[in-house]
Amino acid sequence: TGGVPRVPAPVTSVLSLAVTSEQIEHLHRRFKQLSQDQLTIRKENFDSIPDLEFNPIRGKIVHAFFDKRNLRQESDGLADEINFEDFLTIMSYFRPIEMNMDEEQLDRFRKEKLKFLFHMYDSDHDGKITLQEYRNVVEELLSGNPHLEKESARSIADGAMMEAASICVGQMGPDQVYEGITFEDFLKMWQGIDIETKMHVRFLNVDTIAHCY
Amino acid sequence: LDYQHVQVPFEITLWIMLASLAKIGFHLYNKLPSVVPESCLLIFVGLIMGGIIYGLNDRSPPVMDSDIFFLYLLPPIVLDAGYFMPSRPFFENIGTILLYAVVGTIWNVFGIGFSLYGICQVKAFHLQDVSLLHNLLFGSLIAAVDPVAVLAVFEEIHVNEKLHILVFGESLLNDAVTVVLYKLFRSFCEMPTIKSMDVFAGVGKFFVVGLGGVLVGLSFGFTAAFTTRFTKDIRVIEPLFVFLYSYLSYLTAEMFHLSGIVAIISCAMGMKRYVEANISLKSHTTVKYFMKMWSSVSDTLIFIFLGVSTIGENHEWNWPYICFTVIFCLIWRALGVLVLTFFVNRFHVNTITSKDQFIIAYGGLRGAICFSLVFLLPDFHRKKLFIAATTVVILFTVFIQGMTIRPLVDLLAVKRKRESAPTVGEQIHIRFLDHLLAGIEDISGHWGQYYWKDKLEYFNSKYLQKILLREYDQPKSSIVLLYEKLERKHAMELAQAGQLGHSPAQPSFLCSAFLCSSSDRTVITDQKLEDTLNPAVLDNIQEILARNLYRIRRTGPAYNRHTLPGDTEPAEQAKEILILRHKSL
Repeated sequence: TGGVPRVPAPVTSVLSLAVTSEQIEHLHRRFKQLSQDQLTIRKENFDSIPDLEFNPIRGKIVHAFFDKRNLRQESDGLADEINFEDFLTIMSYFRPIEMNMDEEQLDRFRKEKLKFLFHMYDSDHDGKITLQEYRNVVEELLSGNPHLEKESARSIADGAMMEAASICVGQMGPDQVYEGITFEDFLKMWQGIDIETKMHVRFLNVDTIAHCY
Repeated sequence: LDYQHVQVPFEITLWIMLASLAKIGFHLYNKLPSVVPESCLLIFVGLIMGGIIYGLNDRSPPVMDSDIFFLYLLPPIVLDAGYFMPSRPFFENIGTILLYAVVGTIWNVFGIGFSLYGICQVKAFHLQDVSLLHNLLFGSLIAAVDPVAVLAVFEEIHVNEKLHILVFGESLLNDAVTVVLYKLFRSFCEMPTIKSMDVFAGVGKFFVVGLGGVLVGLSFGFTAAFTTRFTKDIRVIEPLFVFLYSYLSYLTAEMFHLSGIVAIISCAMGMKRYVEANISLKSHTTVKYFMKMWSSVSDTLIFIFLGVSTIGENHEWNWPYICFTVIFCLIWRALGVLVLTFFVNRFHVNTITSKDQFIIAYGGLRGAICFSLVFLLPDFHRKKLFIAATTVVILFTVFIQGMTIRPLVDLLAVKRKRESAPTVGEQIHIRFLDHLLAGIEDISGHWGQYYWKDKLEYFNSKYLQKILLREYDQPKSSIVLLYEKLERKHAMELAQAGQLGHSPAQPSFLCSAFLCSSSDRTVITDQKLEDTLNPAVLDNIQEILARNLYRIRRTGPAYNRHTLPGDTEPAEQAKEILILRHKSL
């Protein structure tokens, strides 16, 4: 394979046309590099990225690429391998905000990104972030520090969970139990942080919106 | 009466005393600080003092000596600003800040200089002997936004973080440009002919001044961090090192004709992380309070002296020139901000709204730096004109712009600072996002903002931390630091409320795990951290933590007529915590 990549029609419709052909070409080149000229990538291909090794949440990031919920497929679970279309789908979660978005589009945009994050936190795919999963996240985040206590990470996660409970549920009765953070609660927690502007990678800047239906 | 012997220290102390008493006076009357910013009131007090001295002595009161200002009064304020600068928003917006500071200032200088030269050509104003070079020189000292004035005014209006950091960062970093242009034009004034080589030399000099300042600052900062590595046994003088090294960096930069402000800021920002990990909790508090105290005193003195120096015979009141100076300052600043923001918004996702732009333009206050620079001008026959113009501009910006900016912020409904308490959850999320974006940048092969940040962090953890931090002190991530800070706060509140008295053994466990980790290192060094946290102790800590955090939750949203906040049933809470725990296991 060489020359201008043949971008299949489903790709452009999936991405809602927010990525230019130049950027698709760049990503295609990168995809070929990662897959070693194969048509699909597996989890092992991500090992060839040297800088990713030092990332504490490496596992979760790679996992997110294969998570079927992110690939907009109706099924659940993990895919074994992904093709270029799926790769682009995941990358499209990181596209920046566009100037001419209205309220509804903005809201959908934001929810999309937060759903991606939610899936990363919720590793057992049950739609809730339980205390154990939250602990897992904090432990991974602080794993770069070899001398930090596992117990400290646990208590930090416990504390954060309590905070989340107080934000989402307010006052709880004595018999009420807080199961876990649902997606609605998750949205509430992120209210203060403007995810639309923070969660983007700059190379996906939009210059033109290609309409190719 | 041996007055001569003690005169100098006595007078200095009296001035400082006056400044502090004035400050108390303002805050006694509650409504005043909200209407009139403190800086205005201080200048007013200075005017009164100057008037009194003039009336008594019938000659001009002592003008603030530029040396005193630059060497003694300015460094504490800039150090305070640099040390407590929130580094995250600063570096996120560093491109925009540099653009405003460098390009914006140059634009203002040349704009004001040329337009004033145009005014001087009008015969009716009797200003023809003011040459272009003089006008440019004047432009270079009046164009720069002053960090002291900006800090004084913006501190009280609480605009959103991004806006604040843009204006403030610009006011700090434009010092490099101001220094270069001022010295350049001054030397041009004295040179018989100017060749284009000199102009290029000036441009090159700017880079030397700016980058040199950063280098000097960073080297002193890292040396300070290294020194504090060995201060375990002499805790008492730890705070002193912070101040000594910062001041040295400022003086060294000034000695080499580099930008002292940029040096002291780089020093403070560079050393902060490591020094705070190395010094004890008490030293940290001492550093914080001394810095705030000194900068507060300096700030007050500067404004009072500004007022005092206004009175007297140093001025030549040529009103057309003065009025046009004020007008041009406003116009060129507004134009500069508009044009630059247009460029910035094209490259950035997070745009700067027009309301924000207005506040940035309106918040371009001039202050004492301009004032001291004008007094440093070589004596030529029109110097008094410049002094008068500078005085009027400063008074205008501080009084009129300073007083009206708060109502304007309210009127325009500019986005204000988020007044919520920091939460551990937020820290976790932000950190998670950082790593996620760095990972995505790695995967997509793009070297972006997060990639470089990640690289810097890696370099830091592998090399810098090993050298600059003490061996057994493990660097703590910001999540852990925030968490510990909140825990300390709650533990202290509880201790004060007498709640920790339930089990006498517990406070010490809480202490050893969290409080004493920074304040009393001798306890920890004998045993490793692992040993102090055996399972039984851990359970206690977990319970205390859960109880404390439960307390936050309860005192938040609910107001119960029958129970006071904090007056909750221990059994109830314990039951709930157990339910939560069992569910999650």
